Amino acid sequence: MRRCLRFIILGLVVLIAWPASARAMHISEGILPAPWAGLWFVVAIPFVAWGLHDIKVRSRQDPKYKTFLAMVGAAVFIISCMPIPIPGVGTCSHPCGTGLAAILIGPGPTVVITSIALLLQALFLAHGGLTTLGANIVSMGVVGGLAGYMSFRVLKTARLPVALAAFGAGAIADWATYASTSFELSSALHADGSMWGMFATIMVAFVPTQLPLGIFEGLLSAATYRFVLARRPELLKPNVAQTEA
Amino acid sequence: MAKVVIVCASIMLLAAGLYLSAAEGDWPGVDETVVEKFAEEAGRPPREPYMNTDKGDLLLFLFLVAGAAGGFVSGYCFRELFPSARDKK
Repeated sequence: MRRCLRFIILGLVVLIAWPASARAMHISEGILPAPWAGLWFVVAIPFVAWGLHDIKVRSRQDPKYKTFLAMVGAAVFIISCMPIPIPGVGTCSHPCGTGLAAILIGPGPTVVITSIALLLQALFLAHGGLTTLGANIVSMGVVGGLAGYMSFRVLKTARLPVALAAFGAGAIADWATYASTSFELSSALHADGSMWGMFATIMVAFVPTQLPLGIFEGLLSAATYRFVLARRPELLKPNVAQTEA
Repeated sequence: MAKVVIVCASIMLLAAGLYLSAAEGDWPGVDETVVEKFAEEAGRPPREPYMNTDKGDLLLFLFLVAGAAGGFVSGYCFRELFPSARDKK
C-alpha cells in the first residue's frame, strides 16, 4: 500500500511540475449561442439543488462528511484545471476527477463541488466561461458524476473487484464528460449540417488525448478509492449502502 | 533510501518532460485543437473572458495561488481524516 502511495505521489509531482499550457476542455466564453447557454443552466439547476439537499442530509448524519467533502472538492478543483501533456499526440488535456468524487461523496454533492470549481476557474483562471458555466456543469458534474457513479454500481453488482469498479468509474466518467461536451457543441453549432455527424467528428478528435487520459483517471480513481477503503471505510458508508441497496 | 530514489526519479522524469515539451512543440490544449477549432468553423469563435486574467504572468500567479490554496485545503482535511500513527498518539 505504501509503495502504491509513493507511486501516486511521484506521479502527481511529475504531473504538477510538467511544463504545459494552462488550457483544456471547458467550453470557453461566447462559443454557445445564448439560448443554448441558458438551456444548459436550466438543466444544471435541479441537479445542483439535489446536491445541496444531499449535502445537508449527510452532514447531519456524519460530522466528518463536510471535511471529506472539502478535501474531495479541493482535489476536483486542482485535478480539473491541471493540464496533462499527452506524449506522442502533442496536445494537453485535463482529467475531471468527477468519477472519483461521485464514488467517494455521492453524485449529487459532486455536482455542487464541480459547480464551485468551475465558477472559480471561470472567474479567476480564464478557464471555461460564465455564460457557458451551465453547459460545463452538465458535462463535467452531472454527466461525468452520474456516469462514474452508475458504472461503479453496475461493475460492483457484476461482482468485479472494487479496484476494477473504481477504475471503470474514473475512466467512464472522463469519457462521458467529453462525449457530453461533444454533444453540447454539436447540438448548438451544427447549423444546417448533421448534428450527429458533427458529434461523431468532435468525439473522434477527442479520442487521441482522452483515451490515455481516461485510463490515467481510472488508475487514479482505483488507487484513491482503495486507499480510503483501507484507511477509513466508514467515510464511504453512505455510498456503500447506496451501492448495495 | 526510498525517498532519495523518489526524488531522483522525479527530477529525471521532469527533465524528460522538459526535453519532450521542447521537442514536440507548443502543447496546445484540446480547447484550441478541438473545441475552439469546431466553434470557429461554425462561426462562433470564443470571446475574451469577462475577467480576463490571461495577461502576462498574472495567470501563472493565479494558477499558483489556486494550486497552493487547493493543496492546503486538501492536505489539511486529509490530515484530519487520515491521521498518522504519531498524530493518533
